[in-house]
Parts: sequence; C-alpha cells; structure tokens
Amino acid sequence: MTASIEITIDGRSVGVAAGTTILGACRSIGADQPTLCYLENLTPVNTCRVCVVEVAGSRALVPACSRRVEQGMEVRTDTERVRHSRKMVYEFLASSVDLSLVDDATRDWMTRYGVDPDRFGPPAPPAGDRDRRNAGHHADPALDAAETVAQPVKVHDELYVRDYGKCILCYKCVEACGPDAQNTFAIAVAGRGFDARISTEFDVDLTQSACVYCGNCIGVCPTGALMFRSEFELRKAGVWDESAQTVTRTVCSYCGVGCNLELHVQDNRIVKVTSPLDHEVTSGHLCIKGRFGYDYVQELGDDLATTPIDVVLASVRGRDGAA
Amino acid sequence: MHLRSSGVRRRLAEDREREDTIDLHLMSASATAAERAAVDAMLGRPESVWEGGARSAVDGHVAFGGYHAAARRRHLLLPALQALQGEIGWISPGGLTYVSERLGVPPAEAYGVASFYALLATEERPRRVAHVCEDVSCRIRGGDALLAALGHRADVVPSPCLGQCDRSPAVLVQRAGEDDVSLWGATPEDVTRYLAGAPRPHRDAGEFGVPQTVDRRSELRLLHRVGAVDPWSLEDYRASGGYEALARSLEMGAAAVIEEVKRSGIRGRGGAAFPMGAKWEAVAMSGAEVRYLICNADEAEPGTFKDRGLMEGDPFAVVESMTIAGIAVGATRGYLYLRGEYPIANRHVAAAIVAARRAGLLGDDIAGSGVAFDVEIRIGGGAYICGEETALFNSIEGFRGEPRQKPPYPTEAGLFGAPTVVNNVETLLNVPMIVLEGGDAYARIGTPQSTGPKLFCLSGAVAVPGVYEVEFGATVGDLIEMAGGVTGPLRAVLLGGASGAFIGPDLLDLPLTFEDTRAAGLSLGSGVVMPFTTEADMADVVRRIAAFFRDESCGQCVPCRVGTVRQEETLHRITIGSPNGSRRRDVALLAEIDAAMKDASICALGHTAGTAVQSAIALGLIGGAP
Repeated sequence: MTASIEITIDGRSVGVAAGTTILGACRSIGADQPTLCYLENLTPVNTCRVCVVEVAGSRALVPACSRRVEQGMEVRTDTERVRHSRKMVYEFLASSVDLSLVDDATRDWMTRYGVDPDRFGPPAPPAGDRDRRNAGHHADPALDAAETVAQPVKVHDELYVRDYGKCILCYKCVEACGPDAQNTFAIAVAGRGFDARISTEFDVDLTQSACVYCGNCIGVCPTGALMFRSEFELRKAGVWDESAQTVTRTVCSYCGVGCNLELHVQDNRIVKVTSPLDHEVTSGHLCIKGRFGYDYVQELGDDLATTPIDVVLASVRGRDGAA
Repeated sequence: MHLRSSGVRRRLAEDREREDTIDLHLMSASATAAERAAVDAMLGRPESVWEGGARSAVDGHVAFGGYHAAARRRHLLLPALQALQGEIGWISPGGLTYVSERLGVPPAEAYGVASFYALLATEERPRRVAHVCEDVSCRIRGGDALLAALGHRADVVPSPCLGQCDRSPAVLVQRAGEDDVSLWGATPEDVTRYLAGAPRPHRDAGEFGVPQTVDRRSELRLLHRVGAVDPWSLEDYRASGGYEALARSLEMGAAAVIEEVKRSGIRGRGGAAFPMGAKWEAVAMSGAEVRYLICNADEAEPGTFKDRGLMEGDPFAVVESMTIAGIAVGATRGYLYLRGEYPIANRHVAAAIVAARRAGLLGDDIAGSGVAFDVEIRIGGGAYICGEETALFNSIEGFRGEPRQKPPYPTEAGLFGAPTVVNNVETLLNVPMIVLEGGDAYARIGTPQSTGPKLFCLSGAVAVPGVYEVEFGATVGDLIEMAGGVTGPLRAVLLGGASGAFIGPDLLDLPLTFEDTRAAGLSLGSGVVMPFTTEADMADVVRRIAAFFRDESCGQCVPCRVGTVRQEETLHRITIGSPNGSRRRDVALLAEIDAAMKDASICALGHTAGTAVQSAIALGLIGGAP
C-alpha cells in the first residue's frame, strides 16, 4: 500500500497515492486539465506546457503532467497566470501550426481561454526548406506575416502520410517509435528552435529508414500530422465521415499475443485500425500486421471500384502485387 | 508507470538496460577511409565486426562486446561527430552511419544530435568557415562592417557572441584538418588569410583582456596570475602559490573544506546565484557511489568573456580548483564543459591537465593522498543552451542539448543520473582562496550577502573594455569609470547580458550585489556591464537580442520555441515595419509573450528571453512611448 499524500487543488483537499502526478490528482477529483503532449501510455515529456499550474512556492508555473505530488502541495489551476500561459501556448501553436484536426477537448479549451492567433499577423506561406535549416541561423522575419511550420505534405508510400505542417512537436511519435513502445528509433527530433522537426536521419524516406510501419506514431499523434494513407485520401476526396463510421473491437488474428484491434469502418470498408490505450496487452500499440494487414478480411468479391476508399485499397494492393 | 521527467532525453541506468535490445538499421552510405580514420582517432579502432570493424574469422564464433558495450559509449557521440567535423568539414551520411555503428546510436538520433549544434554541418560546405560575430557588442564595434566588407560568400557566416567583446570584432575560423583560429580586432585581410589556410600563430598572443593587470595587479585575487604567469608552466604556477590550496584541502579533509565554503557565503557566479556550499553539501551527503563535478565553461552569454580570460591566462587554477571541489564532494571524475568557440582556452586547459596528471596532481593518487580524481574536457558544439546545467548533462551524455524539467535537481540526479555539482569557472576559482584564507576571512570581502571578489565584463561604449575585478559593492558607475568611462553621452547600460536588462543612466549608483540588483528587479547575470551611447541604434541592438534567443532556443517547449519567434517578429513590426493594428497593441502583445515565456518555459533561457526587450521598451529605447 503506497502512502497517501495530501494536497490541495484550488482549495479542495485531495488525498492521492505517492508518485501520482498533479494531473493524476486533478483527474481523480474530476478537475481535468488540458494536455497535448501527454498520453497515458507514454512517458510525460512536459514540452507543450498547456497543462501548467501554479504551485505555491514555485516561481515559474509547473507542468501538471509530469510533476509528482508532494505532501502539503498547494496547486491552483485557474489563476490569471495559468489562464494567460495556457492561452498563449494555444495561440503560439494555432498561429504556427495547422490545428484543424485536433480533438474536441482541445477546441473547447481554446474557446474557453479566448484564443486569438490572428494577433500575430496573417500566416506566412509554406516553406519548402524546413528539413535543411541550420541551427543557430534564421532569415530576418517578414514584416507582414507570422512564420509557420507550413510545408509540403510527405506522401512517400501507401501506408503513411506525414503532414508536418500539422506538427506541434509534442515528441509523442518519437517516444512511441523509441523507448516507450516500439524501440525502433526511426525518427527523432532534429534541428533546433523553431526549426526543430521530426526527422529520420538526413530526412531519408521512411522506406529507407529503420521504420517498421507499426503505425504507433500515427496512433499517438494528437493533431493528424501522422495519418493512415487511407484516411488522408478519403479526407482529400472530401468523403471522410466519422459520423458514418462504426468501430468494432476484435482480436488480431495474426499471432497468439492477443492484441485488441478497433476496426474503424466506413462504407463497409476498414479505413483505420487502432487499439485501446488501456488495453493490457497493447497499451494502444500494434505491429504492422495488426495495424495495416486488414485487407484480407474485406476482399470477398465486392465491387472494388465503387467508392474512393477502394482506390486507396487498390493502390495498396498494387504495391503488394509488385513486391 | 515509470515516470521520467524529460522522457526520451533523460535515461537513467536501468532504462538504458531496457533499451539495449534494439537492432540498428543503418543507411547504405558508407564512410570514406578518411572518415573512418577521423572517428577511429577519437574512439579507438573497432575491435570486431560487432562494432563496425572488418569481419575476421573469429567474429563468426564470438561476439566481443557487441551492441551493449558499444551503446555504453553513447556519451562519446558528440566528440565523435566533432572528430568528423574537425577532419572532414562536415558530417556526411556515411560518416554518421559509421559513428552510429561504433556507438550503437540509432542514426535518426545521431542526426538529431548533429543537427542541433551550430558548429556541426550536416550538409557539405567549405572546409574553412569564418564565423564573424554579429552580436550586441561586436556589431557596434566593427563586426557589422567586417561582415559587410567580406561580402556574401559561402565560407563566411554570422555568429552569436564569441566571447571576445573586449577586442571586437571577433572571428572564429573553423577549419577542417587544421587548427581553428580565434581572431580579434580582425580585419577582412586577416579573415581571408586564415580562410586561405594560413597557419595558426605559433603561440597564442598573451592578451587576456585584463587591463587591471597593467597597474593594479597587487589588488587582484582572482586575476592576479593572468598575464603575469606563464599559462603553460606548472612550475611558474606553483611558484606563484599554485597547488598550495590543494595540499591544504587534503590536510583538512572534505568535510572541513565544505564547512569553509559554507562559511564563506559564496554564491554561484553563473547567473543563478545559488549558495555554493549548499550545493556541495547536498552532493557530498548524497551517499551515492558515483558523483560528478562539472565545471561549466560554456560561457556564451552575449557580452561575457571573463571565464575565457581565466582559462587562457590561469589554466592551472581551473584544474586545481576542480580538483579541490571534486575531492570535497566525493567525485572521482570531473568534466570541464568548454564552449567550442574557445580554441585557445581549450589548448591551455588541456595542456594544464596533461601537466597536472604527469605531476601526480590528477589521477588515481593525487599528491600521494590515495585520493582519485581526474578531469576530462568536453567541447560544446555551438549551442548557448548547453550552458544550462541540465542541457549540459544531456549534451555530455550524447543526447540533444535540451534542458530537463526540474525537479529532480542536479544535486539529486544530474549527469548520468548521479548527484552532480555544476559550478561556473569564476565560481570555482574562488575555492583556493577560501581554502587558504578560510571561509570567515572570505566572507569579510564584499557585502554581508554578496561575499568575495567579483569579475565584471566591460564592453560596448567604454574606453578600455575588459574584465575588471572588484569587491562586491562597486556600483555600475564605479565599473564604467574603471574602464575609462563612456565614450559618449550615456543612453543605457545592458546589465547581466542578453538575458539581463537595460538600465538607464539614473541607476549608475546601483551597487552590483546580489541583494541590490534583486531589490531593483534586476539580475547580475554573468557580470556583463555594457554601456551604449546616444549614438547607438538601440532598436537594432534589441532586435539582435531577440534574434539571438530565437536562434538559441532549443525548440523543446512551445512558449520559448514559438514565443521567441513571435517576439522577434513583433519587434521588427514596431521598429521597422508597421504594427499589427497599433503600436500600443503590439507593445502589449510583447508583454504578453514575455509573461508566458517567463512563466511556462522549461528553463531559464525561456524565462529570460523577453527580459531585455521589456526593459528596452520601459526605457523608451526603441522609439516612442509605450
């Protein structure tokens, strides 16, 4: 039995187990905090700073996601300083990154804090050189536009799309690819400052990298920067419709590990595969077979050319056929 | 779940074991013979095919060392990449692949590290490159003119502060296969000559930037050897009192040394002003088997050059001070993390370490005491952020120089997860004095709350720029007067460096102590006092400071990564463009950006990235009323 730690959150006394984070303590009393770089199945990296709270005795604000509770800690989650920093973090991101695919909770927090990214000026046009910028140097800023990470989408294979104009640099994909799940280390953060970016070595294509196409990076991406090619193509065609999708939970049939799959189905086609974050076998992570090897279950004589998704599927098959 | 406060970048020993299961996927590019030779010169030759060597018959039967052994040497990643940069002139895919193989580092991570540092190139570029200082002091003392005279060429790049503000304009000529050359008072002809391959001057000039040594040497405590004692000679160092303090400290014992340091009241000179004795005691009492001492010589705060002078002019004192400190806190290994832009300091301290080792003053049995301690120099890669102590740990460990969230503090979990003391060069150089004269005597120097002598870096619009030593208590005006006064009508003084603040002429009577500056809402920072006259283009100076923070932000946390960009953009709009809405609105926006960076950033770089800008606005330095 772990010792109980008593803290106060916005004046309310809370008792939690030693080792609990401030975020965990907040959630235990239903006082949720915004997060972006935090995910239950990854090690907190506390880089996004939207979860910052005020802790008595601490000069700067403190990230709730990683800071563990201490006896007698006094936490405040809704002071002027907290609201201001959270608002600014959202504005910094919204003014520099395409946040069109963030979840509803993030949207709600942004509304609550009155986020207005236009205060920094209109967004600058996309840049094609972000993978080649040198640390310690940058061009003088434009006088009439706010710099962004907008850049061409990377579509290099039939499984993944990497749209780093949507990347908030939360490090989740790096963690999922690396020590928190896959131990593949195909991607890392490269560059520095505003030019920091997720990259393979020398920006080689994923097919040339250590990537094993487990899709765990897609599974943890909070902004849609990493996406199934199928989802990307359906969105591009304007027919992606989550309200028309069903999610079916099943067990992967490839091996005996017992990974749970969630099959996202639209128009009687699997368009995406995920796994529950709280599943004791997967913690949300899968391998290439469970994540992408679903085609065989739906190749049963349907007319393959009737919906746009079939175009995607046909192209995936084309690749397999060529191999 | 196992929590680590900075995730993938901070790996404690047990995590490393867990990760030792990966297979490396390497690029097909292979290293040239020259690249392999450069890396092997640093790492030693590979012993088997298992770490990148040639396959021999025995490799088919036995795996020597293998991946696990290789990965334990990850901390050599930056030195290995620097070996490639130093010999080849850039880090090619083949070179990076070979380093990855030798050290068991995934290539993506190795590239992430290589691309983090400004002095490492991941694209082919000229073998000789001149980094011309364009920072606050140099830009108004010939740096901008020098850059303009050199014109647009591929082998000339602007540089952040090179720590030679007393002898502007400063240039670092980085050269593959040859010694780097540090230039000061540089002309376009100097730069082109060394870019064409002229050999480095045989012996580095004895200019240490300490004007007081000319006529006031007897009053100096920290600087007394600089320029007077041969920095290459252990004998001369000893003849001038060197190594008496080490002998004394060995007689006293570690506990007594720490007691004297505590009694001295000395606070860190690196900017944070933390009581040194408390730091030492925490590590000494930790009970940990492995502990480290780090001398932070990554002096990169614009306007700061005092540690350079100390290391160039009195390198044995750096080694002796580290030895006393290391033994006192129970460390057997010390690292001197030296910025890559200081080749002369590097040569001097490296030679001092070799000489000390030969004389039995470093190593397994220091001065016959049976106590072990040794020092290793690690060279920075061109990253201001690596002067932040936790970023420095990551840099040494072979990760990107991104700061860690505190707690845990370095005294609990620092380098390689072990309790670690980090002290700045100047701070450590007070140690021999404290040991020899006693903490109480030391505490009588200066003021009750700011004890001891203090170095200040005078540059900008003063008649005689340089490092000046005073007792704590001297005012801003006193120091400017020592440096020969301002060269024109005084407009403002930058106090503490780029992370400090501008003050107006009304604060010339401010005593430069920890307590007085704090009461005035200011910080001593790294001891920068940089006056500007009414002639100076202050808007340009402030824009440069904003550009500096944007360049030097590690990019890890949002408030600093984006905030420094938005700050620079807004500043450009209101000083050379047109405001977004109104000037008043943009000035208010700058204050909001500053507040978020101060409150929500991970480390002190973000916390202070808006300080100078805000102070400039308050003083009306960038035009118009707010």
